[in-house]
Amino acid sequence: MLNRSIHFFELTGLVWFIPIANLIAGKNPSEQIKQLVTAIGVPLIALIVFLFVWNVAAKNIETSLGNLPGPAQTWEQFQSLRDEHQAARQREADFYQRQYERNEKRVAEGKEAKEIRPYTGAPTFFDQIFTSLYTVFVGFIIATLIAIPMGIICGLNSMIYTGLNPLIQIFRPVSPLAWLPIVTMVVSAVYVSDDPLFAKSFIISALTVTLCSLWPTLINTTVGVSTIDRDLINVCRVLRLNWFTKIFKVVIPASLPMIFTGLRLSLGVGWMVLIAAEMLAQNPGLGKFVWDEFQNGSSNSLGRILVAVFVIGIIGFILDRIMLSLQKVVSHDKTQEIR
Amino acid sequence: MSAHYLDISAVSIEFPTPNGSFKALDNVNLKIEQGEFISLIGHSGCGKSTVLNIVAGLHNATQGGVILQGKEVRQPGPDRAVVFQNHSLFPWLSCYDNVRLAVDKVMKGKSKAERHEWTEHNLKLVHMEHAKHKKPDEISGGMKQRIGIARALAMQPKVLLMDEPFGALDALTRAHMQDSLMEIQAELNNTVIMITHDVDEAVLLSDRIVMMTNGPAATIGEILKVDLERPRERLVLADDPTYNHYRAEVLKFLHERHAKKDVPTAKKSSAVVEVEIPTTTTAAEKHAAA
Repeated sequence: MLNRSIHFFELTGLVWFIPIANLIAGKNPSEQIKQLVTAIGVPLIALIVFLFVWNVAAKNIETSLGNLPGPAQTWEQFQSLRDEHQAARQREADFYQRQYERNEKRVAEGKEAKEIRPYTGAPTFFDQIFTSLYTVFVGFIIATLIAIPMGIICGLNSMIYTGLNPLIQIFRPVSPLAWLPIVTMVVSAVYVSDDPLFAKSFIISALTVTLCSLWPTLINTTVGVSTIDRDLINVCRVLRLNWFTKIFKVVIPASLPMIFTGLRLSLGVGWMVLIAAEMLAQNPGLGKFVWDEFQNGSSNSLGRILVAVFVIGIIGFILDRIMLSLQKVVSHDKTQEIR
Repeated sequence: MSAHYLDISAVSIEFPTPNGSFKALDNVNLKIEQGEFISLIGHSGCGKSTVLNIVAGLHNATQGGVILQGKEVRQPGPDRAVVFQNHSLFPWLSCYDNVRLAVDKVMKGKSKAERHEWTEHNLKLVHMEHAKHKKPDEISGGMKQRIGIARALAMQPKVLLMDEPFGALDALTRAHMQDSLMEIQAELNNTVIMITHDVDEAVLLSDRIVMMTNGPAATIGEILKVDLERPRERLVLADDPTYNHYRAEVLKFLHERHAKKDVPTAKKSSAVVEVEIPTTTTAAEKHAAA
């Protein structure tokens, strides 16, 4: 039980729980407490120093929207955003409740029930977080579906790789802001529908994420596939494995650690790019939230943007941790330290 | 049709390099009978592995060819299973699954139960049934090589090719593996070509020792027939004069006539049984990629 939970914490990167688990199991308490102090205490001190510096700096920076908000004001804004979200949820529930009650009454009076109209309130901050996550995943999945097969092809065939490499190198460093106008125009021209399944802004943001997050996975998959041990490939040849078995039983498992390294980088890039894309494409997500607050220019705006900054950072961190755990799971060499 | 079980005839191979083509092997001739255990010995870079790879079909000879049971070897196949030096097990598969992959490939028509049984049988043969569910990372180097051998044996090859199978192991483990291999060999009587650097290993295991000259354009220098009765016991043989004589023969070949730094000279040898003796080797500093 203890070993299993320690293994879980190691896998998920929640290493500071390991001393706690050991402590509960009663293993060498003084050593565990020492570990705990370094694992939690040191980052805590750094955090306190950071908050202090931020607080002092904020007080001394005067903007046209008032002082730069310090930690306290930012926390206040977080609470107010949370309250707004809860209030909006309440309004939504009330809205549906009223319709149901009205319909019940109508049915009781022998009349036909009216159709339930959907709630159309503005999205709250928390709704926007989920829109952003959804958009980034769609973009990331499209990128993955393109990059992994292409990477495998490039890795297996050096001729194709030689041909594509210059293109990859040229497109890889292009900023999302450069892609966005092109993507916008192309999507507007191609994606014409009276009853669109997805909003145009959503597609534009997702595709921009795709275009920017494609490259790390593509390059890492190529490297992973092309550096598979010659002997393993020779084993395939001796066994006369057919193409399909070779790809799925040997090539992909062998390059999985590299593929996941690429995916982790891609997701990081995608999340970073998304905010910029949403700002400009006006996709209802965190990027649009930041942009709207900036345009809004109330005394609360900077505080709200800072809340968004932290939320973006924390979500990015969590996504990276999830990918890191996956990377550890698929790695063959368990002794290797992946950070 | 060739009268021999395995006939390597007049094999030469050239590899293209940026500075023109490089001749690694020149006119290699070797005839092997069924059930023979052959060792290839020579300094590193002399093209031993290239010979093995040509028999395996992983390389194609520029001139000459290999005929196995009357059929020319053109591509790799499970009838010429290879045990690689670095075991080459798939690290994401358990030991059982590594062997099973080969079994599934060669016993396509058979039922699942039969395939399972054959996999287990081969694991038992190399004394590895206790670790069948472990990943290659979780077992020692010697154990990995045992699984590699089990995988090769499971293909029921016509020729078993071993590329320095015990080269990466420590001396004690190696002795252990050699004993295991002799035991298996006594039971199955496979035809084996094994590459080795180890003189004792060659004398202990082989029916014939094929000694190769230094590259480039390496070829067979001498062939030594080892007439020692089987089963062979390493402790008994340690004091055996015939054994020591064979050992000395190989050592003399490697360190007197074909010492590593010597430029190989053209020579004619008559001390060899049943094989045409190649006559020329050219002098150059380059070595074949082994």
